[in-house]
Amino acid sequence: MQEDQKLSALLQEDYIDETVQAYQGSRFKVVMKRLFRRKTAIFGLAIILVLVFISIFGQAVAPYDYEAYDYMNTLQGPSAEHWFGTDHYGRDIFSRIVVGSRLTLGVALSSVIVGAAIGAVLGLLAGYYGHFLDSLIMRSADVLFAFPDILLAIAIVAILGSGIVNVWIAVMIFTVPSFARMVRSATLSVKSSLYVEAAQSIGANDRRLLSRHIMPGTMQTFIVNFTMRIGSAIMAASSLSFLGFGADVTDPEWGAMLSQGRTYMDISPHMVLFPGLVIFLTVLAFNLLGDGLRDALDPKIK
Amino acid sequence: MQQAKLLEVKNLRTEFPYDKNKTVPAVHHISFSMEEGEILGLVGESGCGKSVTALSVMGLIANSNGIITDGEIYFKGQNLLTMNKKQRRLIRGGAMSMIFQEPMSSLNPAMRIDKQIMEAIQLHTDLDKDQARALARKLLVMVGIPDPDRVLKNYPHQLSGGMSQRVMIALAMSCQPELLIADEPTTALDVTIQAQILELLREIQKEKNTGILLITHDLGVVAEMCDRVIVMYAGEIVEVAVCKELFQSPRHPYTQGLIASVPKLGSGRTSLPWIPGSVPDLLSMPKACRFAPRCPYATDKCRTEKPDLLEKAPGHEARCWFSESQQPVEE
Repeated sequence: MQEDQKLSALLQEDYIDETVQAYQGSRFKVVMKRLFRRKTAIFGLAIILVLVFISIFGQAVAPYDYEAYDYMNTLQGPSAEHWFGTDHYGRDIFSRIVVGSRLTLGVALSSVIVGAAIGAVLGLLAGYYGHFLDSLIMRSADVLFAFPDILLAIAIVAILGSGIVNVWIAVMIFTVPSFARMVRSATLSVKSSLYVEAAQSIGANDRRLLSRHIMPGTMQTFIVNFTMRIGSAIMAASSLSFLGFGADVTDPEWGAMLSQGRTYMDISPHMVLFPGLVIFLTVLAFNLLGDGLRDALDPKIK
Repeated sequence: MQQAKLLEVKNLRTEFPYDKNKTVPAVHHISFSMEEGEILGLVGESGCGKSVTALSVMGLIANSNGIITDGEIYFKGQNLLTMNKKQRRLIRGGAMSMIFQEPMSSLNPAMRIDKQIMEAIQLHTDLDKDQARALARKLLVMVGIPDPDRVLKNYPHQLSGGMSQRVMIALAMSCQPELLIADEPTTALDVTIQAQILELLREIQKEKNTGILLITHDLGVVAEMCDRVIVMYAGEIVEVAVCKELFQSPRHPYTQGLIASVPKLGSGRTSLPWIPGSVPDLLSMPKACRFAPRCPYATDKCRTEKPDLLEKAPGHEARCWFSESQQPVEE
């Protein structure tokens, strides 16, 4: 009898302990709270939200028609009417940047999403199965890694021909190896953890182990890398357009605008300044958010 | 011999690759068997091959790159080593399951408890989600969790060590296994929780007649729990006996040393007896008796001829040249 009481008292203690821990809230909330403690990450997130907003609404939030020629007002500097000035056809640069955000962000985001997904799956398979498959996937990734990103992208576009779709493919392809490598190493570390062995001990099969037990453990690396990678994808897509491989010169793509402005750089520097600045800010924003996420997701950093 | 034993390990040898063409045997030709509903203790110091044995039986040894190079493992008369991957997987978690040393890291941190238990149930039964959840709840009640509904919705980090180990036991018991391998189930827990968990295991064993292979280095746990005990040293079985007999009259000097080195209450602050030396390197194992270099009774015979595991008394086997003549255990 006394024994029983002791036991139930102990159980009770256990129980209190658990209530206290449960009170701390869900993991998502904890991460968000930690993220919001970092001012730089908030800054990045704010810029990204604004960009997402304008790229969704595009022309609807732009003050002028981005294609409207106005020969009376060509190459105007920034003013109250035209915040970022006008280009050599008198088109409002601010409106063009706003409308072009959809193109630039769209290409970067979608290509990174697809590339990251492919890379992650390859990395998971390589890390999980090891041996020949691992060598095959990782050596192929090494080959792609041997070229600097932009050079690889240029090579791909040179093979496929220019155009925004091919830029998309190029950016997608050079995204794959970095994700494959990252996710593979995360897979290796998660795979050796005890809970994966425990899942095996209840008879889980390969597919289940991979999708339910190993993949979630690699997500932290994935999310951080993903955010960072969007920044470099924007750079790459813009660079390709700047070099004339990507978007059509008449498109309001930021890189293409830079390229056009280059000709007029000495008389009206605002034509390159503003698109350049926007590219810079966008890449910065994604990198800051990625940094913030990495810290927020890492339980070791307080 | 009509009815197949629950578990029968014959001549098992598990090795680990060391160099390109060199391997190190971690378990060296061991044989033992288990009856249904028996609690069998497997004791020995770190690195003696206890866990390797358990993982070999579970079929999880390949994870740590181990290779079973010889021997057979029969589970209820079926040879586990000749089964294909799928058959083997169906036994794991079904008729045979395992609980691990560190409960906190044995649960998937990214999955709620209910999902994890339901996963185990649904892998082996045809129950639908609701039935599986109901069973999961019942299991949590069985392992003595006071608030099962809340725990089901928790993530592992919200549970304490004792709670996690209870959940692990619930998980392992979810498909009513006939053999439960418990690899140091209480080592990571504090003493009060340890007692509760052991009590729970014993209750389960009584209620469901589950055979438990209890791996531990804690002789106290063995004395409290086991029907029979196997003592391992350097990858070999050195002594097998019924629990009570092992503690009363240990036949192998290693077992004697182990028992002598357990501190006793009220013996004052004298220094504990210990076994001199350390476990031999797996690469340069003594050819004859593996314990000879540390054995206080060792003679030339011990250093040149290998003793076999022989029955010294009914149901009591030891691997020693002396164990008949010796009057062990100094009081």
